[in-house]
Amino acid sequence: MPNFELGKYAVYIVPAYAITALVIGVMIADTLLRAGRWKREVEKREAARPGKKSKKA
Amino acid sequence: MITVLANPQRFLAFSRVAAPILGALAAILAAAALWTGWSAPDDYQQGATVRLMFIHVPAAITGMLIYGCLAGSAFFGLVFRHLLADAAARAAAPLGAAVTLLGLITGSFWGRPMWGAWWVWDARLTSYLILFLFFVGYMALQASIDDETKADRASGILAMVGVIMLPIVHYSVLWWNSLHQGETIFAPGGPKASAVYLTPLFLMWAAYSLGFGALWMVRIRGEIWRRRAQALAVQGAR
Repeated sequence: MPNFELGKYAVYIVPAYAITALVIGVMIADTLLRAGRWKREVEKREAARPGKKSKKA
Repeated sequence: MITVLANPQRFLAFSRVAAPILGALAAILAAAALWTGWSAPDDYQQGATVRLMFIHVPAAITGMLIYGCLAGSAFFGLVFRHLLADAAARAAAPLGAAVTLLGLITGSFWGRPMWGAWWVWDARLTSYLILFLFFVGYMALQASIDDETKADRASGILAMVGVIMLPIVHYSVLWWNSLHQGETIFAPGGPKASAVYLTPLFLMWAAYSLGFGALWMVRIRGEIWRRRAQALAVQGAR
């Protein structure tokens, strides 16, 4: 079973894990939002082209 | 495999399936690593700080792996002038900078209780900081040149130069007197740590690597769409 007794070292371990979780969370969010934004932009521009349908990747 | 995936349409089709699978595997492995790592006993010398090893070492190694991917992509972009290779290099840089920064920050949180200092100008730490600066320099160079082809060329050359940092970081603890501990994982004769620590360490390392793979694919997809949107915008303006 996990042991969360960190004693005097909690002040180093907890922030390190928290920062890691934050940075990974930001990386995931930024990656998904950025890709989604450009995908929507392509779909919008392809739909605006006369006689063209947007392709789904 | 690389030749097949060099076609953007094939890459989009492949990554649409592969990225979520890699992401899910990374999440499962990370959960297993956290469970086994936090269940491991305190180290007899380092106490509970040994738990920092499970986030610091995988971040440090993955940062180097990402730089290898960045430089490899830049090499293919420079030699074969393939747009997907340039997109892959561009997509790897922010992920590499973030993971390398995590390696530096978590190392600092480990160094303070063990060495009594948040930072020392030690060979391993300094060379790893320079590796981080290569990621930042790559992105800064990309952002500073308007012409994307020229930006890819210039930053690709910078990425190739930075490859020299990979052996320097790896062997820094052998070439110089270092406060940082010596080779533990890749030590001659096998890893020097106990299996109770190595298991979560390798699980988390696999999670970081697969997670990077998933995010890299999604960012390359974003780069392909960005370039396509810009091409469509140019066509629309004519």
